[in-house]
Amino acid sequence: MTTVVEIASAVCLIAGSSLSLIAAIGLLRFPDLLSRMHAGTKPQVLGLLLILVGVGLRLRDWTDLGMLLAVAMFQLLTAPVSAHMIGRAAYRHDAVRADTLVVDELTPTLDDVGKG
Amino acid sequence: MTVVIWVCATLLAVAAVLVVVRLTTGPTMLNRMVAMDVLIAIVVAGLGLEAALNQHATTLPILVVLSLVGFVGSVSVARFAARDDKGERA
Amino acid sequence: MSSPETPGAVPKRRRRLQWPILVWLTVVWALLWGDFSVANIAAGLVVALVVVVVFPLPPIVFGGKVRPVGLLRLIGRFVVDLIVASGQVARQALSIGRPPMSAVIQVDLRSRSDLYLTLTAELLSLVPGSLVVEVRRSTSTLFLHVLGVHDEADVERARRDALVQEERVVRALASDEELAAYRRAREGDPR
Repeated sequence: MTTVVEIASAVCLIAGSSLSLIAAIGLLRFPDLLSRMHAGTKPQVLGLLLILVGVGLRLRDWTDLGMLLAVAMFQLLTAPVSAHMIGRAAYRHDAVRADTLVVDELTPTLDDVGKG
Repeated sequence: MTVVIWVCATLLAVAAVLVVVRLTTGPTMLNRMVAMDVLIAIVVAGLGLEAALNQHATTLPILVVLSLVGFVGSVSVARFAARDDKGERA
Repeated sequence: MSSPETPGAVPKRRRRLQWPILVWLTVVWALLWGDFSVANIAAGLVVALVVVVVFPLPPIVFGGKVRPVGLLRLIGRFVVDLIVASGQVARQALSIGRPPMSAVIQVDLRSRSDLYLTLTAELLSLVPGSLVVEVRRSTSTLFLHVLGVHDEADVERARRDALVQEERVVRALASDEELAAYRRAREGDPR
């Protein structure tokens, strides 16, 4: 039983670390800010969750699991907010490259987008 | 288990180096902020790995704080500092 | 449309909504201390009460009910999406050759509730490949940045995926009237 848990924990840790590395590679290779955000924030969400699961499986203590759960929850709640804020600021400050976009349905309507 | 954790640590270290490259090349504040976010996540992952290796929970409160503070940082940069970027292109 | 609002109804709604926030803050407090003793929970409750009284939030109208089957489907599908889409973005990051193209698309959501708008936007942002760039609250419109788009068909698929995500949220949480209104809105919409 313990061996199974250890192996599951190891798999989670390796998968999570690999996703972090992939996130970093994407961050370096993608051409514009918004694509980089996809690479950076997204595989990272799953990567970090997997690592937390791996750590939780290894520690196996209710107090620690609560703490890890809090980290995971904060991550899930805050990642979209910061991603949205940065994406929105990028768009508003003209930092988006038009040549990588197939379709852009926002720019024509940006002037009348509500401020609230 | 120790081998697994060292493999993970190597992966994370390479990832951190790549992120630092993006952090230095920029080119804008927002790009650096995205890189910063990823770097914080990597630090959280690294601290988690260390906790798993030595099977202690001393560093877990740091994880909680980091996951909250990183978010505050990127939001405030997006809100206030981004307007310095106006001339720059991503 | 959202439920009718009268000026007098707002304070009552605000008072009623404090309980979930209070419970939530207390749970977070207990998780952070890692201690579920009575004294700690009481302390958390006091702190939560102070937070709620000093920093009141605008009331969120939640007139729905939790539907367990819909909620399970929402969560299950979200986990699957998260894994599949992480794989896709990973492949795009590692593939040799030209970097992926992307698109910014407009998605007009069918429900008119702030809560479902927020939840849909959160879930869409968490799933790799799509990112909410801008929100127009008055018309429940989201503007998504989608990675890995090559042609018009991809754009339509992304739009449909976003609407299906909204449908799962509504089916998990909406009241009967809201669900009926949602169905009417969907039938009026050819997509």
